[in-house]
Amino acid sequence: MSLEVAVCHRLGAFTLDAAFTVDEPGVTALFGPSGAGKSTLVQAVAGLIRPDKGRIVLDGEVVFDAGSGRHLPARRRRIGYVFQEGRLFPHRSVADNLRFGARRAGGRPATVGFDETVELLGIDHLLGRRPRALSGGERQRVALGRALLSSPRLLLLDEPLAALDQARKAEILPFLARLRDEARVPMVYVTHALDEITQLADTLVLLNEGRVVATAPVLDAMARLDLLPFTGEAEAGAVIACTVERHDTADALTALAFPGGTIWVSALPAPIGARLRVRIRARDVLLAVTADVSTSANTVLEGRVEAIRDEGRGVVDLQLRVGAALIVARLTRRSLARLGLVVGARATALVKAVSIEARAYSS
Amino acid sequence: MLSEAEWQALALSLKISLVAVGVALPFAVLAALALARGRFPGRALLDGLVHLPLVLPPVVMGYLLLVTFGTRGPLGGWLLETFGIRFVFSWTGAALAAAVVTFPFQVRAIRLAIEAIDPGLMQAAETLGAGPVDRFVNVILPLALPGIIAGAITAFAASLGEFGAIITFVSNIPGETRTIPLAIYTAIQTPGGEAAAARLVALAIMLACLGLVLSEVAARRVRTLMGQ
Repeated sequence: MSLEVAVCHRLGAFTLDAAFTVDEPGVTALFGPSGAGKSTLVQAVAGLIRPDKGRIVLDGEVVFDAGSGRHLPARRRRIGYVFQEGRLFPHRSVADNLRFGARRAGGRPATVGFDETVELLGIDHLLGRRPRALSGGERQRVALGRALLSSPRLLLLDEPLAALDQARKAEILPFLARLRDEARVPMVYVTHALDEITQLADTLVLLNEGRVVATAPVLDAMARLDLLPFTGEAEAGAVIACTVERHDTADALTALAFPGGTIWVSALPAPIGARLRVRIRARDVLLAVTADVSTSANTVLEGRVEAIRDEGRGVVDLQLRVGAALIVARLTRRSLARLGLVVGARATALVKAVSIEARAYSS
Repeated sequence: MLSEAEWQALALSLKISLVAVGVALPFAVLAALALARGRFPGRALLDGLVHLPLVLPPVVMGYLLLVTFGTRGPLGGWLLETFGIRFVFSWTGAALAAAVVTFPFQVRAIRLAIEAIDPGLMQAAETLGAGPVDRFVNVILPLALPGIIAGAITAFAASLGEFGAIITFVSNIPGETRTIPLAIYTAIQTPGGEAAAARLVALAIMLACLGLVLSEVAARRVRTLMGQ
């Protein structure tokens, strides 16, 4: 999958002037605060709005080009769209909703079959019901299935979980992970809640006030100090891709390996070898200059200071390279001075197992 | 109970109203769709035109129909020559008059129903590959059905009661254009016709009540059916 977007669009006082390119399949997260222009941008990709200027190319096909006046109608773009509110047809059963797009796919071979989709999303018991009789989470699963069954070459998810509470979100996310790994449909996931997507996304497109601030692999982007104002300063933290190495059943701990070290977390219900991501918040990382300190922290990672960000507020952020991974640590200026840490210096990161929130569903 | 002439008036009323509503309905749906969702020049003009029969005296409507669809009128002459269709002094003319006068009732009800449909559903249908006609048939029409039925029943009830436009346009001919209201009028004008008038009035009241009940029941059924 390749997606090339460069559009300009005015909506009253707001101007969207955004460009980004994604070359690899997988999940692209389009992240930004409310009003950043995320929805406008994906609506342009879907063909639901016609931008004033620009060009959109999907898999080599120009679907929009203001210069030549080309604007492929939404119904011919083969782009699935999952809306925040589901938008299921109230007069049709769940099964009919699911088949709506499939019947209009014009004989295109289905990416995922009906039974497979129903099984994947766990909605077989809902097929005969009307949308009104579904819960919010169920509705979004059906909306997801409906979009998937129209055999799209790209799936746009426009804040699909924003209207759901935390429990319902947790119910849907594993399905999205399965969709990515099993259905292998490229996705663009719009969200203003970054933690929703750090488990899933491959690429992060950061949008702010109508402009793309950065496009980067999500693990790099989360550890980049210059992007902290956009990725969220308060909850700043690196995301590390790991593999489940072993379980310590006696202590109820799980060891997660990554190229650079081992991270210990509270026992996870995941098989050995399972791939997952952990997020280590910058404020949960303790730094030491030597590795042979005795603390309660289970995880001890040795690395080198790659960058320091000092905004003059008494608190500094450090980017630490540990093997192939990047970790962000937050400490006071005073501690930084006492340890004498500078770019290039060796440092040891200590992380408490209980401070790491790891979810077992993701790869 | 009812005399043969009264039965005739009842049958004629039902036939004329049924045809009037049936013929006008597709046009009413299209007009409602254009007014609810359309963005085109002349939309305000169409809106005014559709509502004109509501504010004009029915006699004026009947006169305008006579001028337009009379055998010497611009449309009437052409219809007679080309298709052999004649409206004046005919029950078809009465149906036309009833259709025109009750058209706004249909359009209003259907328009409200269409406007109540979430435009987001149209976008969803579009991203799923549905073209404009597909969206109209499979999303708008079924979701507007309660409104369409309500509009049709209201228009049918109003048609049963139409007097001014019919008597002006197609006169008061027994067995051809003398509907219940015209029969009531005739009975009152006739010495000793009070009993007949009372029977017809009772009939009209019964029909009206039946229409109201039917409309409510039908709307409720369809709403349930449409998952609302």
